[in-house]
Amino acid sequence: MSEDDERQQSPPSDLEFVSNKARNCNATGSGSGHPEFQSTYPDQVLENVLENVLHFLTSRRDRNAASLVCKSWYRVEALTRSELFIGNCYAVSPGRATARFTRVKALHLKGKPRFADFNLMPPDWGAHFNPWALAMAKAYPWLEKVHLKRMSVTDDDLATLAELFLGFKELVLVCCDGFGTSGLAIFVSKCRQLKVLDLIESEVSDDETDWISCFPEGESNLESLIFDCVECHINFEALDRLVARSPSLKKLKLNRYVSIGQLYRLMVRAPQLTHLGTGSFSPSDIAGQGDQEPDYVAAFAACRSLVCLSGFREIIPDYLPAIYPVCANLTSLNFSYANITAEQLKPIISKCHKLQTFWVLDSICDEGLQAVAATCKDLRELRVFPVDPREDNDGPVSEVGLQAISEGCRKLQSILYFCQRMTNAAVIAMSKNCPDLVVFRLCIMGRHRPDPVTGEPMDDGFGAIVMNCKKLTRLAVSGLLTDKAFDYIGQHGKLVRTLSVAFAGDSDMALKYVLEGCPQLQKLEIRDSPFGDAALRSGLHHYYNMRFLWMSSCRLTRHGCQEIARAMPRLVVEVIRSADEEEMDDVVGTLYMYRSLEGPRTDAPKFVTIL
Amino acid sequence: MERRVNYENDLNLMATELRLGLPGCDDDEPQRKTNPSIRNNKRTAPEISEVSSSESSSSITMSGSDDQDSPPPAKEQVVGWPPIRSYRKNCLQSSKRNEVEGMGMYVKVSVDGAPYLRKIDLKVYRSYPQLLKALENMFKLTIGAYSKREGYNGSDYAPTYEDKDGDWMLVGDVPWEMFISSCKRLRIMKGSEARGLGCV
Repeated sequence: MSEDDERQQSPPSDLEFVSNKARNCNATGSGSGHPEFQSTYPDQVLENVLENVLHFLTSRRDRNAASLVCKSWYRVEALTRSELFIGNCYAVSPGRATARFTRVKALHLKGKPRFADFNLMPPDWGAHFNPWALAMAKAYPWLEKVHLKRMSVTDDDLATLAELFLGFKELVLVCCDGFGTSGLAIFVSKCRQLKVLDLIESEVSDDETDWISCFPEGESNLESLIFDCVECHINFEALDRLVARSPSLKKLKLNRYVSIGQLYRLMVRAPQLTHLGTGSFSPSDIAGQGDQEPDYVAAFAACRSLVCLSGFREIIPDYLPAIYPVCANLTSLNFSYANITAEQLKPIISKCHKLQTFWVLDSICDEGLQAVAATCKDLRELRVFPVDPREDNDGPVSEVGLQAISEGCRKLQSILYFCQRMTNAAVIAMSKNCPDLVVFRLCIMGRHRPDPVTGEPMDDGFGAIVMNCKKLTRLAVSGLLTDKAFDYIGQHGKLVRTLSVAFAGDSDMALKYVLEGCPQLQKLEIRDSPFGDAALRSGLHHYYNMRFLWMSSCRLTRHGCQEIARAMPRLVVEVIRSADEEEMDDVVGTLYMYRSLEGPRTDAPKFVTIL
Repeated sequence: MERRVNYENDLNLMATELRLGLPGCDDDEPQRKTNPSIRNNKRTAPEISEVSSSESSSSITMSGSDDQDSPPPAKEQVVGWPPIRSYRKNCLQSSKRNEVEGMGMYVKVSVDGAPYLRKIDLKVYRSYPQLLKALENMFKLTIGAYSKREGYNGSDYAPTYEDKDGDWMLVGDVPWEMFISSCKRLRIMKGSEARGLGCV
């Protein structure tokens, strides 16, 4: 891609290829834009003014739009973009990104597609951070912040970040893997300006290194330390000392190896915390602190700024009342690792009037959800996870819980709900009661399960959601679904950007409805549904506007995918084999395709064939 | 359409069950290659229970009343379904185990000469050495080595326990599992007093 060739498709900033209309609007030179501005104003002044103005533009979508106005704006926007977001690390190479954006301070990169979380992709598929780390080291030595999601990060990469970026301040790793405690040790020991180290749902290997002890002595700038996903013992005394010398610490999320007694000590040290992950929330096996239990209630009461509470990894419910003092101020509560009953939940939730985000296990049953609905009138996000993630006839939560939530929590914007059974009526009720819904993800765990009351498919329920929830951008469907459900989505889901489909639909028509009807569709992930090559063809007009398409265990054939690859040169079409599949099978196990400026990647493993 | 059923594993409910299966859904080896929709069989998670393996994951049981009258045959677990991250699954599995086995197995521990008792969770330990070390740490004393013939002879302290029958036994005499299931409380005696217990 040459930046000088104006006739060529506009370089996508966020890899969002523009529609035909926008492309044709590109003006030609830098000085020729505005007739009112005669050549009395030197171009450089204009650019300086523009630069100052564009500094204020933060939204990346606004920036992408600005960069398309003309070459001058393109250039200046590139100079003023300080936060670089790349939604698919393979859509653009590190070299290309660093060439265009020269003053980046923060990098946000995403790697593997979401279905990789569920073992649907063999390990070592890719998404390596390493080439990016090296490129950044050369191009942005002043880099301060890196945020990675679903990337493979090695210990060496962590060392690179700490050693080559002197002012590095913030590292956030979400759903990443490939590194261990020894990498963390190097990272924290060398990163003297560190403010944020957030390890979220990442896999950290236990190299038996005491990384907590590696934080440098003296006052630390730490504002956030999140390590609840790290499955190894930590040196508590070192952690205690670290917290004691981190006066700016606001967010602390402990792993399950921290006992409630240890939690107490940390809370006493840091009553200024706003976000707390409590660790195990049970006593250590070897009690040895003294004969009396510490006053946990007082410790919580002292944390007047606490708004976000999580953890409870090995909860002993007897200790729950300790959190009463903070309930009234909580805006976010995560009980999704706490196997508690409705009776145990009620005294807590009845005090949480300000709650906006609530994650919980279905152990609280419909009754627990009713209690939530009764109190949490400000609830925006609800996630209900299953204690027993297997397909079954009976489950503790059902349409009763969903109905109750829809009636009590009218401001709901985002819901993720796992259940064994659901009725269209309850889903329709939610579509009407909660018009602000932006994210609706319903997982009826029994595959192909119809409405148990009417025997009908779940088409009408999901149809009502796309019809009534006008702000909906993310949808995950489940249960017995015919092509009709997808017809509804295509007709009404005009703002849908992310769609997840599993074990649904009857024929190619379903996929066609969606590909032809949803202009904002960016991410489409489909598994085990009867969609074939014809359906795939129906999306040719749209694939350049999407971040990716994932289809596994559908009815695609190799030659069908080849056709797509030939028709669309800027699309990388990966066919991923599972261990026992033959390379020359015509049947495609998994298709993962995405737009890219770089063509086929060079780091693809053997089980990936790029067509 | 012929459906071959694995008669060894199931009750042959398949033969009489109404289903809407996708064409060719069967777990026959030769047919698999032409039917991509049933590939799941190959990627079944290893931890699934031993249920009928002949049922294709993409078949649909007739809806409605059937579900309420009789539970459908147990479906095999499919890879990545339901969509829960394995980290979460593992965490919940271990907490469930705790639930089932009871939240810890706390027993009282007394030490001769100490003014108050302590409690420890026996579930946490996997062996005698681990337990003894923990006791040593907790009470700041030395227990020393166990020998089958002499018990804890020569040590300052000897750990004993009361078993289900109400008898006081020397810790270490029986296999660990038996100890765990029969120990009701622990008493750490002064070495001099324990001498009588050591001789079996």
